Amino acid sequence: MRRSLSFLLPASLLACVSLCAHAQAAAPTADQIAKLQSQIAQAQTAGDNAWMLTSAALVLLMTGPGLALFYGGLVRRKNVLSTMMQSFAMMCIITVLWAIIGYSLAFGPGTSFIGDFHNVFLHGVGLAPDPDYAPTIPAQTYMIYQLMFAIITPALICGAFAERMKFSAMCLFLTLWSLLIYSPMAHMVWGKGGLLNAALGGRIPCLDFAGGTVVHVTSGVSALVCALYLGKRVGYPKEPNPPHSVVLSFIGACLLWVGWFGFNAGSAVAAGTLATSAFVNTHFATAAAAMAWSLAEWIHNGKPSALGAISGAVAGLVAITPASGFVQPMSALVIGAVAGFFCFFMVTRVKAWFGYDDSLDAFGVHGAGGTIGAILTGIFATKAINPIFGAGKATGAVDGNWHQVLNQLAGVAIAWILSIIGTLILLKFVDMVIGLRVSREHEIQGLDVTQHGEEGYDFAS
Amino acid sequence: MQKIEAVIQPSKLDAVKDALLEAGIEGMTILEARGHGRQKGHTEFYRGREYTVDLLPKIKIEMVVRDEMADKAIQAILSSARTGKIGDGKIFVSKIDDAIRIRNDERGSSAL
Repeated sequence: MRRSLSFLLPASLLACVSLCAHAQAAAPTADQIAKLQSQIAQAQTAGDNAWMLTSAALVLLMTGPGLALFYGGLVRRKNVLSTMMQSFAMMCIITVLWAIIGYSLAFGPGTSFIGDFHNVFLHGVGLAPDPDYAPTIPAQTYMIYQLMFAIITPALICGAFAERMKFSAMCLFLTLWSLLIYSPMAHMVWGKGGLLNAALGGRIPCLDFAGGTVVHVTSGVSALVCALYLGKRVGYPKEPNPPHSVVLSFIGACLLWVGWFGFNAGSAVAAGTLATSAFVNTHFATAAAAMAWSLAEWIHNGKPSALGAISGAVAGLVAITPASGFVQPMSALVIGAVAGFFCFFMVTRVKAWFGYDDSLDAFGVHGAGGTIGAILTGIFATKAINPIFGAGKATGAVDGNWHQVLNQLAGVAIAWILSIIGTLILLKFVDMVIGLRVSREHEIQGLDVTQHGEEGYDFAS
Repeated sequence: MQKIEAVIQPSKLDAVKDALLEAGIEGMTILEARGHGRQKGHTEFYRGREYTVDLLPKIKIEMVVRDEMADKAIQAILSSARTGKIGDGKIFVSKIDDAIRIRNDERGSSAL
């Protein structure tokens, strides 16, 4: 962006000077000023659009192959393809759904709770900017960026019912979930007129920069409901089923870390200083969280594991998501460290106490990390980074606005309630229509062979 | 003809192969195996859950040799695979009824 601006400035100065020389000291005309303003706006758009398209690609990378690898490595070998296929199916199904109706339900004008059908088939979503959402980039850029969020959110839930859910049931369930839980939640926090929209005057302004509540709390809590409803895997917890490839999970986690820069810094919807803040905060929190989890493990088990370190990193990424464009970098370190310890506790202790089989810790990392991140956002958000309520007005508790913490709790509570009730209803419905869980024999044989007719690895050939 | 099966530590494979070649044994089959005798396993941690791993990686070497070579082969294995610690492994010896070379249908010890 700087390069095109620095080209414009001398060029336009030269134009002005030569005009002045010819017109014998006449001021630039209104036409010339309008032309210059238009060129500056184009330069701004070029920079913002380049960053936003890149961010959209980064967020898609988080699902495929980031999440696919991360989850795939954690399951047993006989289920690796089915696990990856779940992420890939979301990349395909949610895209078509979003284009037809999902975007409209999330971002179309409507009520405080859900959008309407105004933008069905992307009607009205063209190449001109939407001034409410992103005034400097084409509306379709904003739409496709948001689509990548809509893709990864249901894919996260798959972690809860890994290794035992029918592929057909998963497709139907997550399609309905995207329409009836994700789109409303996205609308409430980010949509025009949304109840919780802090930027567009919602009645209960909830600070959620990149989707702590919209993405992580909803998917994490829904995951818990799924784990409880579907029940435990055959042999859990007595039979050991360690990850078949921590190597794959490691690669996936690193792709998640890098991709998350698009997730958080792209949520600035522009290539300016707020994107820088979000980028820096994301990176700092992740590193701190990974160290916190590793430290907890080192003390508790005597050795820091690779799986623990990458799990800590993901916990940090989740927790900083709502806070990324609101807090100072040092606060990001604190948020990351707290999330690392808290999620370690949730995954290693609380899960064992209650005995639920959240196979890949979707609730322990995303549900819990998102909740604690949302609360910490209310505390550490500052007008110094993002004066979202107006110039000079306090943003979060560190500015003196302790009321914001209550607003955060309200947003989190709404996400929890919507997720619990909505998921229960949808699970019951899909169970009645086609049945959710594979048969015991199929589960023991493995889903790759029984659901997809394939094997992930063929070392003999 | 005798079949000699040796379960050894994976780290000793190169030494044992070299020793057998030096003793004049040229044919052998190597398998990756898991198992344990009296050697205890170890614990691993995955996300807070403790797993006892008692199926340890081993290498199994199988060879069929002429009766007069059997002792030489066994000595070669013993001297190269021994560390003196629990987990060194075991050697089993059994009689073989017949051996056939697939390429040209040779039978008996000349097929070895």
